[in-house]
This record gives sequence, C-alpha cells and structure tokens, in this order.
Amino acid sequence: MTTENLNAGMDLDDNTRSELERAGVIVSQVDSLYNWARGGSVWPLTFGLACCAIEMIASATSRFDISRFGSEVFRPTPRQADLMIVSGTVTKKMAPQVVRIYNQMPEPKWVIAMGACAISGGPFKQGYNVLKGIDRYIPVDVYLPGCPPRPEAVLQSLNYLQEKIRTQDIKSDPAFTKGRRQYPVPEFTGKDLEPPYNPEVWQPPANPNDKPLEKATA
Amino acid sequence: MSSATAIAPNYELIQQDGLETSLLEVSMGPHHPSTHGVFRMDVKLDGETVVDLQPVFGYLHRNHEKLAENMSYLGSMPFTDRLDYFNSMTNNWAYALAAEKLVEIEVPERADYLRVIMAELTRLVNHVSLVGFFINDLGALGTPLLYAFREREKILDLFEQASGARMMCNYFRFGGLRNDVPEGWLDRARDVVDHFPVFLDEYEQLLCENEIILSRTQGVGCLSRDLAISAGITGPMLRASGVNYDIRKVDKYSIYDRFQFRVPYTDGNVGDCYDRFMVRMLEMRESIRILKQALDGIGDGPVLGNAPKVFKPKPAEVYGRVEAPKGELGFYLIADGTPKPYRYRVRPPSLINLTVLRDMCLGQKVADAVIILGSIDIVLGEVDR
Repeated sequence: MTTENLNAGMDLDDNTRSELERAGVIVSQVDSLYNWARGGSVWPLTFGLACCAIEMIASATSRFDISRFGSEVFRPTPRQADLMIVSGTVTKKMAPQVVRIYNQMPEPKWVIAMGACAISGGPFKQGYNVLKGIDRYIPVDVYLPGCPPRPEAVLQSLNYLQEKIRTQDIKSDPAFTKGRRQYPVPEFTGKDLEPPYNPEVWQPPANPNDKPLEKATA
Repeated sequence: MSSATAIAPNYELIQQDGLETSLLEVSMGPHHPSTHGVFRMDVKLDGETVVDLQPVFGYLHRNHEKLAENMSYLGSMPFTDRLDYFNSMTNNWAYALAAEKLVEIEVPERADYLRVIMAELTRLVNHVSLVGFFINDLGALGTPLLYAFREREKILDLFEQASGARMMCNYFRFGGLRNDVPEGWLDRARDVVDHFPVFLDEYEQLLCENEIILSRTQGVGCLSRDLAISAGITGPMLRASGVNYDIRKVDKYSIYDRFQFRVPYTDGNVGDCYDRFMVRMLEMRESIRILKQALDGIGDGPVLGNAPKVFKPKPAEVYGRVEAPKGELGFYLIADGTPKPYRYRVRPPSLINLTVLRDMCLGQKVADAVIILGSIDIVLGEVDR
C-alpha cells in the first residue's frame, strides 16, 4: 500500500499534501493507518473441516503463497487468530464447536465461508446431517464459492476482505464498539440443532407465497 | 496428600511409588492442528504415557451412502470424489469398476491405460502429501510439506488439463473416461514423471536417514503382523507389517497384469512408523515404473465405450475394489431393478486402518500418538463418509 491510501480521507489540499510528503511527513487518519496495518496482517486460524482445507493449505504453499498478502501466519489457537476460514462441510455435530471457536477469537475478527458447503450446505444439502450454511450461526464477511475453490480464489477472497477492512470505521464498527462478540452455542439434541439459527445474524427468508391476500380479494 | 473429594469425580486415583496420582483425560480434537481433519481422540494419560485412547468420529458425516441410494448410478460419481479428497481418481475408479461389473460394460484399451496413469499419479500425490504432513506432525513445520506441495501442484496441473478440476476430477465414467486427454498431455505427463525421481532423491536424502526422524519414528507405534491381518488392515500399512498383499497383484484388475512392478513390504519384525513411512517412499518409485511403462504402451483409440447414462440393472449384488493409495477401497452395490441402487456401501480403507489406533498407541507417549495417527494416513471424508 502506498502513502496515497494512507492519506485518504483527509481534508488537505493537494499542494499542502505534496509539500508535506516531500518533507517526509504523512498526515493520516487513525482509521486509515489502523486499517492499513490490520488489513496487511490478517492471521488466519489453522482450521480445516473438509476438502476445502487442502486448497486452503495449498494457498499457503510455494506456488500461491498467501504471505504475499500478509496472511501466512496460521495460528492453531483461536486466541491468536483474526480470521476464521470455515473451509468445508459443517455438520450438525461440528457446528457447536465452530461457534465455540468463533466465540474464543478476540476482536476484531472476520469469517470467510469457503466452499459451497460452508455457504449453503453445497452438494450435501439434502443430507440429514449437514448444516445449511454457517451464516446461520456466525456473521460471515466474505462468501467464497467453489467446490472446492481454487487457491487463487482464496487469495481473491482475502483481497476482498482487506478491502472491507479498509472501510471499517473504528467509532461505529461492531468489532470495536460491542466488545468480544459471542453468540449462543447451539446444542445438538439428536434430531436437530437447538436453536436452529441465531436470529442476531440470520433470519429465514420470507416465503413469497405468504403475501397478504388484500389485492387478490380486491 | 489431597483427599479424594478435591479431585474431579471422574478421575480415578492410582497408586504409584507410594504416591496417589490421578489420570489426566485429554480430549484432542476435533479442532486440533495435527488430527488430520475433524477427528477427536479422548486420551487418558498417566504422566505423558497413554493408558487409554478412544477415537471419536462422525464430525464429517455427510450421508454419502444415503444420498447415493437416492440418485441414479452415475449421479453419485461426483460424490465419490469427496470421499478421500486427496485421491478422487482412485475413488472414481473403484466405483466405476463396481458398476461396470453390475452391467457388464467393456472398457476400451486406451481408457484402461489412462486410468492406470491417473491412478498412479494419484498415488504419487497422496504419498508425497502424506509424508509432508507426517513430518509436519513430527514438528518439522514447513519445509518437507512445502516441497511435497510443490510437486503435488505439477501433478494437479495434469489433472486439471485432463479433467478441468484440480482436486475433484470426476473424470471416470462407466465404460471409460469422460473425455480424452488434450493434445500434448502425454508428453507433459512424461516430463513430470521423468523429473519426479530427482525430487524423490532429494526428499529421501533429506528425510530417510535424518537422525530426528529415526529417533522419533523407530520403535514407535508397532503393529504386529497377526493383528494387522486379523483387523483387516490393507494398503501400505499392512505391507509395512510384513504382508505381501497388493490388490493390483492379487486381482490384476484392469490391465495391471501388463506392467512390471514390485510391491515393497517389510519382513514384519517391527511394523513401526518408520516402516510405514519407508514403504510409502518405496511405493512412489514403483508407481513411477508403472507410469513409464503405461506412457510408453498407450495407443490410440476411443476412451468411452457404449454405456448408457441411465440404466436399470437386473437385481444383483457386486463388489468392486481397487488398491487405493490408502488401502483397499471397495464399493458394494445391490441393484433391485430400478435406476437407483438399493444399497450402496463403501469399504473405506481409512476407517478400517484406524481401528488399530488404540492398540498402537497404548503405552506410547502422547506426542507419539500424534505421529502414529499421522502414519495411518486417514482422511476424514472417507472415515465418516
């Protein structure tokens, strides 16, 4: 990132800015500087669920090299990680653990739902044991489709996430105002997960057939 | 001496050298960097020694078998890719073999050659990645795994050129392959195969006589020949325990009787982690031998026979099996005259090889339990299905 990005959002006229830059002075907002630093060092969690995990590992190896974007530091413990890449099928047995790990991560934290399974259940959606999208329980920042997505796509999703981080406002973003976000851990009751979704982050879509009948009768 | 009430109720007290100590229960997983996916081991420890171990799985149960019983025979081919997600080609092959037995479809010769080439390339991918992960479990973070994935990418490029996908190839069809390989593919494959031994030399030099690897793996996790046979272990793990059993030699399915290759196995005195590691290293050399012969012997011709896409087989039951990189992968199908199988059952090598984990881990240190698990070579997609 260049100084242009750092100087973004300042009410300086161009002459003053270039004069300052020539003198080696960068004038910036705290937000821009802070987001620039955080976006360049997103530490993902070493967290593989299924097939997509292999492509996530591949994105960290020599050919794709995620460290070009500052995210090569995979941390095994959620307490040191910023980014959770939900890589693979989340089953109903695994969903409580995923939410629990999310709860343990410190703020600010982000989630990438990697692969069709993590987004919506994917090819296994018809099964009785597969969660139909991890966004029912935790907020997802970037959806990364594919079955599995290519390592290049992992890098692209990271770029999207960095763009998102760049626009975060420290004063109003929930990551900074709400404290550590923790959501209720679902419980597997043998038949289904209880609760079936977390209403704070997901609501079932409205059924188009449930329209009020006023027009039809009128 | 603390009273028994001060200790959690489930912990049992044991007497050792006149001191009362309690066993430590550790739940390793399902989120654990070294458990190869979402696998959990409930370990009871006396100090650092494993006194009991209970594997817990089912965290990746994706209803593979029930989904397959509700769709046409060909429809579950893409799902087999996701069983053992390192080796989609051999999974495809085992399923195609079972279905071809059911409806008696002939496979053209060129397709058979390409199947052998794909399966042996898959074996290289699997073993090279496994060794990388295994050394990773030992604590050598990075280097061997990065080398392994560098080579893996070259083979995945070949898969992508042939099938369009890196990992989930979905390349096999009943009676052959979906499409022929593109022009120049065989030359590129020959190039990769010719250069692979150079990498293997480097890899062996780096690892096989490494002092740390020797002291961490030799004598650790021994599996006796008798236990291996009676537990139904297959694949490199069985051969490391001293049994000369390879389905490529026993069944001679497809055209494996045309190739000269040896089956590496040990004398069965030890059967430890080092043996399992070495058997895989040697198997890669043999795979390269098969690949060279197959690339020389392949001729022109069609790659897909006359097989209908939807068929209603007569009521029958079949079992098709191949030597997958992890062991015997079998598909058992019962047909009832409808376009869907009445029963669809997978015989996963990973799950059955995992059954001896407890026997191998008892009495070992907890750090060794991790590498014993690594040496079994499991993939949770196949264990839980």
